[in-house]
Amino acid sequence: MTIIINGKPREVRAVTLDAVLAELGYAGAHVATAHRGEFVPAAGRAACTLAEGDRVEILSPIGGG
Amino acid sequence: MRVYNTELGSRLLLGTAQYPSPTVLAEAVRASGAEVVTVSLRREGAGGGEGFWRLIRDLGVRVLPNTAGCHTVKEAVTTAQMAREVFGTPWIKLEVIGDDDTLQPEVFGLVDAARILSAEGFQVFPYTTADLVVAGRLLEAGCQVLMPWGAPIGSGRGLNNPYALRSLRAHFPDVPLVVDAGIGLPSHAAQAMELGYDAVLLNTAVARAGDPVRMAAAMARAVEAGRLAFEADPMEARDMAAPSTPVLGLPVFGA
Repeated sequence: MTIIINGKPREVRAVTLDAVLAELGYAGAHVATAHRGEFVPAAGRAACTLAEGDRVEILSPIGGG
Repeated sequence: MRVYNTELGSRLLLGTAQYPSPTVLAEAVRASGAEVVTVSLRREGAGGGEGFWRLIRDLGVRVLPNTAGCHTVKEAVTTAQMAREVFGTPWIKLEVIGDDDTLQPEVFGLVDAARILSAEGFQVFPYTTADLVVAGRLLEAGCQVLMPWGAPIGSGRGLNNPYALRSLRAHFPDVPLVVDAGIGLPSHAAQAMELGYDAVLLNTAVARAGDPVRMAAAMARAVEAGRLAFEADPMEARDMAAPSTPVLGLPVFGA
């Protein structure tokens, strides 16, 4: 299915958020996730099921003021 | 100073964006003596990531994540929740922006977001204006520190409204107050400290200086000097001259 990750369409096989992260190479990375605009804590990713066209945000640390 | 039951030795809080290189960033943080640095979250691949996070952790400083770029309560609350997990701290520098030209805080959303986050156990550092009534609402919402702007973020204009900042200090003598944003020079930082502010938060003034490491050291000394001056109870300014050398015993060289 196609989901929108960080604003870009991506074709993925996995259907849960944790599996999608692993599929995209983010396993173990220091990232925070949101699904359809709602924060999904790391512990909740396995139970977060994705549907066609869903928006997922994957954020990581960066310098800030 | 003490904020949210944490004792901080340095009264300079430093941002970590816009440095010419990670090495310069690390050296600037060390030269500043800052014990708290601000950090942020952006989409993966935007330029930070694991390398940046490792560099910050190796510096051994506390991090204060921000919600920079958020324009709504919802965006700010969600970003704060994500930051708490990634950075492992309940501290959040809460920014809700109301105007893109001035990056002025949207104070109504700021108060709402502060209330929501405080109820969720966050320790909120609100980036606000010097408005007294808004300050009171932020304290009611659960904030134990206030961070009024000196001037618009990145402008380097210094303290645009020293009267308002002095007034805020006088109204809330026991609340930790931090001037956040607008500092361009060490003299600006010293002025904020001379007004009795507890600390100064700056980023661009150091990161965009020709020599950020030197400027970080300069800011550290300015903050220290301004604080010492405040504690020393400065003299009152006056309009007319008053001789400092004794007048008594002045010789008369008449013919």
